[in-house]
Order: sequence, then C-alpha cells, then structure tokens
Amino acid sequence: MRASKEFLKGLWSENPVFRLVLGICPTLAVTTTAVNGLGMGLATTFVLVSSNMVISMIRSFIPKKIRIPAFIVTIATFVTIVDLVMNGYFHALHKNLGLFIPLIVVNCVILGRAEAFASKNPIWISIVDGLGMGFGFAMALTVIGAIRELLGNGTIFNISILGESYQPLLLMIMPPGAFIVLGILLGLMNKIEIKIAERSGREPIISKTHDCSGCAVHRKWFDFSSSEEGK
Amino acid sequence: MKEIFRLTLILTVITAASAGVLAFVNQKTEQPIENALREEKMEAVRNVLPPFDNELTEDSVFISDIAGDTLEVFVGKKNGKINGVAFPVLSHDGYSGDIEFLVGVNLDGVVQGIEILTHSETPGLGAKIQSEDFKDQFKTRGINNPEVWEVEKDGGIFKQITGATISSRAVTRAVHKGLKFYRNHIDEITGGENNDYERKKGNKEKK
Repeated sequence: MRASKEFLKGLWSENPVFRLVLGICPTLAVTTTAVNGLGMGLATTFVLVSSNMVISMIRSFIPKKIRIPAFIVTIATFVTIVDLVMNGYFHALHKNLGLFIPLIVVNCVILGRAEAFASKNPIWISIVDGLGMGFGFAMALTVIGAIRELLGNGTIFNISILGESYQPLLLMIMPPGAFIVLGILLGLMNKIEIKIAERSGREPIISKTHDCSGCAVHRKWFDFSSSEEGK
Repeated sequence: MKEIFRLTLILTVITAASAGVLAFVNQKTEQPIENALREEKMEAVRNVLPPFDNELTEDSVFISDIAGDTLEVFVGKKNGKINGVAFPVLSHDGYSGDIEFLVGVNLDGVVQGIEILTHSETPGLGAKIQSEDFKDQFKTRGINNPEVWEVEKDGGIFKQITGATISSRAVTRAVHKGLKFYRNHIDEITGGENNDYERKKGNKEKK
C-alpha cells in the first residue's frame, strides 16, 4: 500500500516537473523531440533509482556533516556510468543529449530525493520512490518533447503526424517554445487537479491563492501539523 | 580533531569505492566507445565516396593543413585504382561553434557528396545543413564550377536554408576551401612524385 503511494506521488501529486518544478534545466533544454525527452527521462530515472538505492544502503554510515559531498559523489558516479555506457552503446542518442548527460549530476530532483527521502528510508521503499519520481520526470519530458516536436516539426517520435503540407512552427523547438509549453502544461495540470479535487470532494493539493503555502514542497516540509513525513 | 579524521576517512572510503567502480566501467566501455566513434566516421566516409573495394583505414593518408593540424584523408580505390578521396573540413564560421564535415571528391576534384560530422547549429534552423536537399547541391560541383562559390544571397548559386544563411554560408565556403586544399595537396594524396609527406603505410600508388 505504502509502496504504491510512494510510486504514484511521483507521477501526479509530487511530479518533479509539474508540481515541484525541479530539474527544469534539462526539462527546457533537451525536449526538442519526444525521443530526446524520453532518453533524458530514462537516463535520469536510472541515476535516480541507483543513487536512491545506494544512499539508502549507506545512510547509517554517512555522518550528517558530510552527507552532501557523499551524496554528490554517489550521484556523479552513476551519471558517469550512464555517460560512458550510453556513449558506447547508444551513440546517436548520446550525441543528441550531449552536454546534458553530465549535467544530470546537478539535477535537483536527484539530490532532492537523496536528501529528503533515501537518507531517511529503507532501501526497498527508496527504490520505489526513485522509480516513481523518475517515471514522473520521464513522462513530463516526453509529453513536452512530443508537443514541441509535433508543432515544431510535424512529427512525434519521428513519425509524421501533420503531413507534408504542415508549415512547422519553428518557435516551438527553439528555447522559447520550451517555456511556452511548460507554462501551459503547468496551468493545465493545476486546472485539472482543482477539477478532480472538486469532484471527489477533497482539498486540492494546490491552492487557488498565489503564495507559497499552496506549493507541495511547502506543505511537505513546513506544515508539520498535518504531515507525518520528514521525521 | 578525532572527528575530522573520521569524516575524512569515511569520505575517502566513499570516493575510493566510486573510483573503483568507474575504473571498471571505463575499462569495459572504452572499446565500444572507440568503435562507435570510428563507425560513425566510416559511415560518413562511405556516404561521400564513390563505390570502392579497398580497406580504407589501410590506405588513408595523413596531411598537415595550414593551421598545422594533421588531417586523415581517406582514399577510395576500385580494382587498385584511386577513384575517390574523402577529407575532413572544419569551418569556424558557424552560427554557434565549429562545423566539422567530410567532403568526398573524385580524382578531378568534383564533389561526390558531403556529410556533416559535428555541429552545434540551432535545431530546426541551422541544423538543416544536415538535410539531403542542402547537401546534395554540392554534388557534381568542382572548384571552377561554379566560379562563385557562395550562397545565392551573396551572389552564388547555392540555395541557403531559410533563416539560416550564416550556417549555409559557412558550409558553402568551407566546401570551397576544402576543394582548394585538395587541389594543393593532390600529389600527396594520390601518391604523386613529390611525396615527402609521411604515409601511414608504404603502398605508393602511381597515378
């Protein structure tokens, strides 16, 4: 029960891109096509699951004072593994993602999960958390990539959708397109969440007022009265 | 004081473990990465050369260019006779960063094809220098045909990509530069008499 909850939160209620708005650099930069988004998402998922697992394994061994360098070394190790393996066996994808593979190291989603979850929870549940967050991240990147590729190139996963006569909207595969798509999707996600919450008669996880108290991160970390996490 | 030793020790253990893992992975992936890079290049070479039947890596020639870099020039042969040459060209005039590509020519210096190796042009705009439509314009063109090696905007005959004149211009001029390079080094490449450049393997080929 707990496992499915920890898994599902990464997909919806605490989706790293659409709810926590973490890891936005790769989100904006590599989502020019659906394939790139998916590739980046899966690479990040692998690093996230592996680092969550190892950090959870050695969590009692790491003194609090040096936990951040220890986390970063662990994460960087896995990122380098991904970089090398991808370069050798998925060379074309590696070429497309280029610089952004090494930059997974500084993706705040990964350090965030290490600090907030893996360092406080047993191995099994940390792996599930990594999987949920990773898939949530991959899903978000693929969706953004697909929309940008469709509008900017007329294709999804390199399959022509809009036909030859479609005049590509180049703006969408250039940097501004990433901001526009992400902004619209964030707004839509909030709208849908409010609708769902109304229908099922619960409190929406976002508030309609514009301050930090509505943010999922704020609730989790600062509103201790209603939360049992983070002990 | 005791504490600092403990922390140092723990962090050292973690980094040493990490180094060990990475050394292992690096050793395992070194060969596949090299193969992938080589394969990528050879694929491009195959695309720009006329049909050949020799082992390219054995017949490649190394030539120093003006900048002092050593270029690997690939020589394609059919039934022992040279029928095509592929050489790398580097342009510093791209919209963002250098563009590196291969130009394939026949013995008379007429372009058989070009293939982009690395670039960092804008996706959807400058990146279209990789499209067949753009690359194919250079086929059958020699150093004096046309006389003006420029894009249409600059009075030449090559169609620039809409919205990416800088990238198109960079490639066009670099192809021209490459053809001049070929003309200047034709003897060394095809094994003419004045061969005072180092060749990878003896195997001199008379024209």
